[in-house]
Amino acid sequence: MMEQIWVLIWTLLKIVAVVLPLVLTVAYLTYAERRIIGFMQGRMGPNRVGFFGFKAWGLGQPFADVVKLLLKEIVIPDRSSKFLFLLAPVISLGTAFAAWAVVPFSDSLVLADIDAGLVYILAMTSLGVYGVIIAGWASNSKYALLGAMRSAAQIISYELPMGFALVGVLVAAGTLNLKEIVWAQHGGLLHWFWLPLFPLFVIYYISGVAETNRAPFDVAEGESEIVAGFHVEYSGSAFALFFLAEYANMILVSLLTAIMFLGGWLSPFEGIDALQNSWLAQPHVFWLLTKSAIFLFLYLWLRATFPRYRYDQIMRLGWKVFIPITLVWILVVAVMKVFHIGWWFD
Amino acid sequence: MKNMIQFLKSLTLGELLKGLGVTGRYLFRRKFTIRYPEEQTPKSPRFRGLHALRRYPNGEERCIGCKLCEAVCPALAITIDTELRADGTRRTTRYDIDLFKCIYCGFCEESCPVDSIVETDIHEYHFEDPAKRIITKEQLLAIGDKYDERITAMKVADAKYR
Repeated sequence: MMEQIWVLIWTLLKIVAVVLPLVLTVAYLTYAERRIIGFMQGRMGPNRVGFFGFKAWGLGQPFADVVKLLLKEIVIPDRSSKFLFLLAPVISLGTAFAAWAVVPFSDSLVLADIDAGLVYILAMTSLGVYGVIIAGWASNSKYALLGAMRSAAQIISYELPMGFALVGVLVAAGTLNLKEIVWAQHGGLLHWFWLPLFPLFVIYYISGVAETNRAPFDVAEGESEIVAGFHVEYSGSAFALFFLAEYANMILVSLLTAIMFLGGWLSPFEGIDALQNSWLAQPHVFWLLTKSAIFLFLYLWLRATFPRYRYDQIMRLGWKVFIPITLVWILVVAVMKVFHIGWWFD
Repeated sequence: MKNMIQFLKSLTLGELLKGLGVTGRYLFRRKFTIRYPEEQTPKSPRFRGLHALRRYPNGEERCIGCKLCEAVCPALAITIDTELRADGTRRTTRYDIDLFKCIYCGFCEESCPVDSIVETDIHEYHFEDPAKRIITKEQLLAIGDKYDERITAMKVADAKYR
């Protein structure tokens, strides 16, 4: 009995150890987003709020924002479904966090090392759409409903190319366990899956951007057309939960791209003879974080660069471009795998 | 054939990468933001801000109570009362400007025959009580005394263009 309680406490501690840094990263991702987009538009971005009278380049901004959001009133719209209205952000956030259970940060740093990790992640990220749909329906607002419908259609459409891209990874690695997928890319920069699976790599990332409803695929929010989409009616901490979920999903997609196509925590200098014995060639969680930081930056870069897609163009891209390419490339990967073409699948 | 090239172009994301290149370059460009309280944009000597009443070097106030400014003011912001002083000259007993009515057109300054009422380049002022929007003769003279050098410098800088 005692032992079981210890296991429970230990697991809870591990969950906190994952979620706490994640929330902090989300906070500073919002800061980085505003700063980087500002810089790309020739502005400064937030540079005033600091700590204890020091400006510190505006690094205190996220905390000020959090306090502001938490202190605001949660307005519950008239004749809305109150229970569902408050449940929706919880579903969004719950599924966004649940997916993190199987993400391996390094060979030993993983919360739940389950065999079907890839399938679990696909399942969890798909469940997130329920939060959006319920939020849109429970708000009793036409804009929220339209936004939810758009968002649901978009997420479902991009789930397919995303899933197909992952089938390519699955074929190449021969396993569904995320840790083993990383180990299958062992051997240095040119052995990582981005090279043989290049089209899938690009499509996975772009689908990931669409899946998280980020610019240029953010028609679910579309300020100019449907105000703010499914979360028009949300304010205060309920809105903060949606916000948190969206950013947690962004970080998740970046991490997964790094894990599945860029060798996760494996070092890019692995396999170079001169560096073989130095720390540079050793696998470390540092490499994983660096790689995912690149993809997070790309998220912000895309948002600063591209205007929003038109709705039918998004659907065309998903169904008529991505799905055919992924299907063809899965075949190519399978052929390469079976006939041992190239050096990457040894 | 043309369609093929177009197809390949869009497939390799060429145009999109070009766009990313532009924003990527701007990331390192100089920023246009002026960090206001610390940095300020240059101000013209013709800037029309807070009003002031000036004095002659011997300390005598310039205003002779001719009421030209009151007459020309399009917003009816100026109110003047005058009296005959013991030395036989006419001076104002009241010179109020309602800063909420004032549109900062500068007509008062243009109309003044003795260069008494001027608009300074001061634009950083505020009121916490709506009643304080009306500034009196004493306040106007005090502003004129306090910023005398600044006002003179502005007028000198602008003189050759007038």
